[in-house]
Amino acid sequence: MAVDQNKLKYTKDHEWISLDGKKGIIGITEYAAEQLGDVVHVELPQVGQEFEQGDTFGSVESVKSVSDLYIPVTGRVIEVNDVLLDNSEIINEDPLEEGWLIKIETDAMGEYKELMTNEQYQSFLSEEA
Amino acid sequence: MKRTPLYEDHKTLKARLIPFGGWDMPVQYKGVGLEHLAVREDVGLFDVSHMGEFLVKGTGAKDFLQKVTTNDVAKLYDGRCQYSLMCYENGTVVDDLIVSQVSNNEFILVVNASNIEKDFAWLNQHLSDDVTLENLSDQKALLALQGPKAQNLLNEFLDTDFSGLKYYHFQPAEYQGINLLVFRTGYTGEDGFELMVPAEKASLFWNDLLKKGSVFGIEPIGLGARDTLRLEACFSLYGHEISDAILPLEAGLGWVVKLDKGDFIGRGALIDAKETGLKRKLVALEMVEAGIAREGYEVFQEGEKIGVITSGTHSPLSKKSIALALVSAHKAQVNDEVQVNLRGKNRTAKVVKKPFYARAS
Repeated sequence: MAVDQNKLKYTKDHEWISLDGKKGIIGITEYAAEQLGDVVHVELPQVGQEFEQGDTFGSVESVKSVSDLYIPVTGRVIEVNDVLLDNSEIINEDPLEEGWLIKIETDAMGEYKELMTNEQYQSFLSEEA
Repeated sequence: MKRTPLYEDHKTLKARLIPFGGWDMPVQYKGVGLEHLAVREDVGLFDVSHMGEFLVKGTGAKDFLQKVTTNDVAKLYDGRCQYSLMCYENGTVVDDLIVSQVSNNEFILVVNASNIEKDFAWLNQHLSDDVTLENLSDQKALLALQGPKAQNLLNEFLDTDFSGLKYYHFQPAEYQGINLLVFRTGYTGEDGFELMVPAEKASLFWNDLLKKGSVFGIEPIGLGARDTLRLEACFSLYGHEISDAILPLEAGLGWVVKLDKGDFIGRGALIDAKETGLKRKLVALEMVEAGIAREGYEVFQEGEKIGVITSGTHSPLSKKSIALALVSAHKAQVNDEVQVNLRGKNRTAKVVKKPFYARAS
């Protein structure tokens, strides 16, 4: 089941969020996963933790470096992808679906609206490169 | 930024290039994990042309090398190589290198890419009258072919039986009329060879080896996997386990320092250090809790700081985070637990026996 990248919104730090009502799923983009190289370790938050937009909610580590993860919108963590703790390679294999990092509950529709669309994110990437 | 003769070939293979010691080098092609496993299971090809090659010639060449290196050059004969070190007067390390005897009057030195100018100046500074020193680094390219299938591939490639070429020996060979030297040496802990070819022919060898090797599962290997492979095998990397602030005896390289061979630069200081008792030692750590222990991270035992990490990575083979650390000589015994400060958090690691990986003979 291929994910529709047009249904996701993106941040400048290469996170994506998929919003359904008040429930959001968050992960990192294919570009981010590729830049990192083989992900060997993930640090994820606890269920129940609350973050403001832009807060660091965890980190992904590759042989090359550690990258902090920044939450795209203000919200409360309702689920974390524990499978990644022993199988971090899933992030490289399928960053947009199986490699999801956390699920949140959010009211921050205003923040969400300001995030980049897929088209804007792709533009942003071509400027970055 | 300097480039090896294979720069365009790396770009064709869509390698990710990074600056390394002033060179634009491939850090990975398909991925560090995949490349690491390819070397452990099949065969991998590395561009190590950035490394330096010097030619030392003359009737005084052997005595000169005996003076400036720590290993015993008297043990060399034609076709024999040895891993060695050059030390400063205070016993710390100028560089690690491989010394190979072509004849009693001719030797080839292979040195680290990041130290070429420094090493050349150091050798020049101490040169005797009956010795000449030539820097061949720009004329030579070095390709490393490493893995359990390396010999099978090289036998076919050069139409020669290399089963008689022993470890740390070298011999001349020929390919399509081109002369090359085949060294049975390597930095991965696997069986393998390092091929010294004319720089302008590097691309030919690179591409032909990749083609001929595809049936053996050959992969081009970048510096990322080069580091994970050498760390698994507990080989030192200059600037990390050895440097101008570390004694070879502290780095566990006593076996390369022949204090009884006669005088050499640094001998006095190393004898003193040995007699006083070494203050530091290199240990192998395996992280018990997840996360990579990186160079510079502090190591603690029972609340007391005992040293720092010199190199660390994640092994794609064992799937564990492994590291080498320079710590107080009397702490961190094998099986002890220590803590490594990973960006503010103390994480547990276990001291293990070296090496992390050794190939089945």
